[in-house]
Amino acid sequence: MLYREAGDFKTSYVDDSQTFPIKFDRWRYYAVLAVAFLVVPFVINDYWANAVLLPFLIYAIAAIGLNILTGYCGQVSLGTGGFMAVGAYACYKLMTAFPDVNITFHIIAAGFITAAVGVVFGLPSLRIKGFYLAVATLAAQFFLVWLFNRVSWFYNYSASGQINAPERQLFGVNITGPNTEAWATYLFCLVFVVASAWIARNLTRGALGRRWMAIRDMDIAAEIIGVNPLSAKLTAFAVSSFFVGISGALFFAVYLGAVEVGEAFGIQKSFLVLFMIIIGGLGSIFGSFAGAAFMVLLPVLLKNTLVGGLGWPTDLAAHIEFMIVGILIMTFLIAEPHGLAQLWRLAKEKLRLWPFPY
Amino acid sequence: MLDAAEGYTTADGRKIGGVLMEMKNITLRFGGVVAIKDISFDIREGEIRAIIGPNGAGKSSMLNVISGFYNPQEGEVWFRGERRPPMKPYQVAQLGIARTFQNIALFEGMTVLDNVMTGRLTQMKTTLLDQAIWWGKAEREETENREKVEKIIDFLEIQSIRKTPVGRLPYGLKKRVELARALAAEPRLLLLDEPMAGMNVEEKEDMSRFILDVNDEFGTTIALIEHDMGVVMDLSDRVVVMDYGKKIGDGTPDEVRSNQDVIDAYLGVAHD
Repeated sequence: MLYREAGDFKTSYVDDSQTFPIKFDRWRYYAVLAVAFLVVPFVINDYWANAVLLPFLIYAIAAIGLNILTGYCGQVSLGTGGFMAVGAYACYKLMTAFPDVNITFHIIAAGFITAAVGVVFGLPSLRIKGFYLAVATLAAQFFLVWLFNRVSWFYNYSASGQINAPERQLFGVNITGPNTEAWATYLFCLVFVVASAWIARNLTRGALGRRWMAIRDMDIAAEIIGVNPLSAKLTAFAVSSFFVGISGALFFAVYLGAVEVGEAFGIQKSFLVLFMIIIGGLGSIFGSFAGAAFMVLLPVLLKNTLVGGLGWPTDLAAHIEFMIVGILIMTFLIAEPHGLAQLWRLAKEKLRLWPFPY
Repeated sequence: MLDAAEGYTTADGRKIGGVLMEMKNITLRFGGVVAIKDISFDIREGEIRAIIGPNGAGKSSMLNVISGFYNPQEGEVWFRGERRPPMKPYQVAQLGIARTFQNIALFEGMTVLDNVMTGRLTQMKTTLLDQAIWWGKAEREETENREKVEKIIDFLEIQSIRKTPVGRLPYGLKKRVELARALAAEPRLLLLDEPMAGMNVEEKEDMSRFILDVNDEFGTTIALIEHDMGVVMDLSDRVVVMDYGKKIGDGTPDEVRSNQDVIDAYLGVAHD
């Protein structure tokens, strides 16, 4: 009954093109934000932060980034793990080179550095498309991991080859390092997530987003109506890599604290983020969140039910968990190839007419 | 022969201006195949110009030369009194030449409104940073362009499908949306590649009316390719006839109709 457009008249084009055109939707969105900022920090504990919320938030940023490139601009990329590594190592080098500068700036700067690297690896997209481009970005993935493994300048010549996040503070509260508190790291990541989602929405709703989508849907027609394919594709690579770089920096500095590049940013990571946006929904900001939640929460949930609830041995549960996640992904894709975002859209359309069938 | 700067008056009393676009001795080859052979013609300000010919005559190739998709090996393209150097299609679009396609080339994943808004992209100039912030410049630009687009949506009577994804629309409406997208760019020259292909009589009548209205209301110069002879003869002011890559006729519909070469090559035996 609440979910209605009737009576909610739009009298300007600004009103008509807002993100949540239905009043109920708008309030629901504000409520989610309020809970995330005002309630969760008080009830959060280390388990929830480390097992669920931090990975969810950080992967959501990576998924938004990849969704801009693949979902909006149609350029398939398998280099996400490599670009996250660029963000992480850029952040590490900046943190150790300029210890007095605030960590926030380091993370944002890491995003810009990753954007530049992304543009360089995006250049082949002007010549090659589809699967062939995916292979080219795969080369970026392997090259970047190799680079961070072999060139010891990147890990400051440490004997272990790892990078460790030094202790940094924001407003006198530890954000990185061994002595952090769950609520602080959570809030820090949450601010980045909200800002990323907001910027991504702004970019995709306007002229730039239309350029990307035009290239995705039909690149020849896009060029005929005046879209420069060079600049459209490269901006997509830059913006996408910017978000992926930020998520890599947060993943290293705030979440893990210590990173070995092959383990943390290997090819599995690229596939994980790609699965997130495919399951969540290509070309949808909400889908990025839904996909990240699905891929992060589902294993945790299964583990808790199988080990905690049913009392199975841990090793058996771990194997069964893989199988169940795999089967669920396939079922989902067969039932709704456009992902969770499409299910959400259908649910909303039904809800708008409820209780009438049409 | 008409003078370049001078116009003429059509049979129904419309004033036609000077030369807007001139093709001089265009030759286009694909390897050994000569698609267009030494063709010259002009398109005048405010006129509806048709290019006709049997299948494979090189009409679509000619349109692709005009829209910058192919660059001819020989010959010159003059637009608004200047010689146009070889260009990429998106640069040609920025000069003010818009087109539609023979097989619809809409962006299927976007709504009708977004599709028509893409026609305005050559006019939208805000920077990436402004768009990321959205409030202010980007929002203002979006609203200004939305107003222009809404006028075209009204004009083509597609208000009710504004927010429908293009993939769900029937064929006739898709053609109309494509025309809307081309019009949204406020082009100096509008190229229509078989706007009536695959339509029934009623849809053809609608489309013909829209083409005449566009020409009348916005003063847009139109060059079109069409196979329906009745439509071509009714709509156009002057007609170029092509066959096997060569020009075999050029003139008003009446002149073309009585041209013996055209009758032989294209219409076969004159019936009626």
